[in-house]
Amino acid sequence: MLERSIAAVRGIGHRVVDGVWRLGYAARFFLATILHSGVSFRRFQLTIKEIYFSGVLSLIIILVSGLFVGMVLGLQGYQTLQKYGSESALGTLVALSLVRELGPVLAALLFASRAGSAITAEIGLMKATEQLSAMEMMAVDPIARVVAPRFWGGVISMPLLAAMFSAIGVFGGYLVGVVLIGVDEGQFWAQMQAAVDFREDIINGVIKSVVFGVAVTAIALFEGYDAPPTAEGVSHATTRTVVTSSLAVLALDFMLTAFMFQGI
Amino acid sequence: MSRTTMDLWVGAFVVAGMAALLVLAFKVGNLGTFNQKDTYTLIAEFDNIGGLKVRAPVKSAGVVVGRISDIQFDNASFRARVTFNVDKRYQFPKDTFAKILTAGLLGEQYIGLDPGGDPDNFKNGDKVTKTQPAVVLENLIGQFLYSKAADGDAKK
Repeated sequence: MLERSIAAVRGIGHRVVDGVWRLGYAARFFLATILHSGVSFRRFQLTIKEIYFSGVLSLIIILVSGLFVGMVLGLQGYQTLQKYGSESALGTLVALSLVRELGPVLAALLFASRAGSAITAEIGLMKATEQLSAMEMMAVDPIARVVAPRFWGGVISMPLLAAMFSAIGVFGGYLVGVVLIGVDEGQFWAQMQAAVDFREDIINGVIKSVVFGVAVTAIALFEGYDAPPTAEGVSHATTRTVVTSSLAVLALDFMLTAFMFQGI
Repeated sequence: MSRTTMDLWVGAFVVAGMAALLVLAFKVGNLGTFNQKDTYTLIAEFDNIGGLKVRAPVKSAGVVVGRISDIQFDNASFRARVTFNVDKRYQFPKDTFAKILTAGLLGEQYIGLDPGGDPDNFKNGDKVTKTQPAVVLENLIGQFLYSKAADGDAKK
């Protein structure tokens, strides 16, 4: 009995120490990625390729989801607002919820599952097939050559994707609210423009999406780099990327919102 | 290094992202509605500003002519000192009245300018002397109850 409880305590301790160890390794990996970023800007072609893979190829899912989220917001917002006779505020509701929250957060969640998982699987497989070791053998730093361009590709793509998500979402809200239901078009846009502030809302949304881009891409890269070099290890790492980065996005969103909108 | 089709796609992607940001800034946000460039500054002191906020509009005859840039408490006169920028295209006489009004029943508060008849116009940094404070709902209800009570006494 005593021995079993000691073993349990030891197990917990092992997990905690292991977690802290991994966190430290992740922090050092992140720092190394930043420090070895020179190549990704000197040979910008590498970064452009990664923008293509994580940004351009995510466009379809981002645009379609954004359109539908905006349309749902238009429908649901109208249902509630018309009870209070203020359906002219529909534009404000759609635009503010998209620009402040839904645009950056949903785009980041989609980005994590579309691009983040692909990055992890790719780097994990590179490690499993010893391509990374081969690079080191040829005196090519894999962090500078493989990791950093993917990092900057993700960080550059994310705010652009979030902006497109918000813009097409507002269009979706317009489509349902004005074209389908018949809210007055002038009021829809005028109330929206009166309520949405460029610095307070739009710039803060962009800052959020940059932070999410850094978090999602860094987590995906680290999970791939740290994955055990087996088929099972890569599959576990891919799952962990999506779970961890989604949780990180939601937690960071809470913190950023608490910082940014405390005065309002 | 030669140009590839991928460059075209990435370029289009970046352009589309920038365009989305511009749409958000000008069509969704308020960056396009009022140009901050050519303005002159006026100061007005109010007894009570109610719920007036920085960046709230300044309107005359319902048209937005400026925006509030700063709100301070003046410790000498114990009044609120509101600084606002007015578009240079709109000139107002020196005896213009500044009131704090509310858009609709529960809307945001703004400053309304009622032009007077003075031949001289405001210059940059001038002070608006004729002001009317915001209507505070509690005071209004208090006055209403007081006058009702007075009516009741008179009828007795």
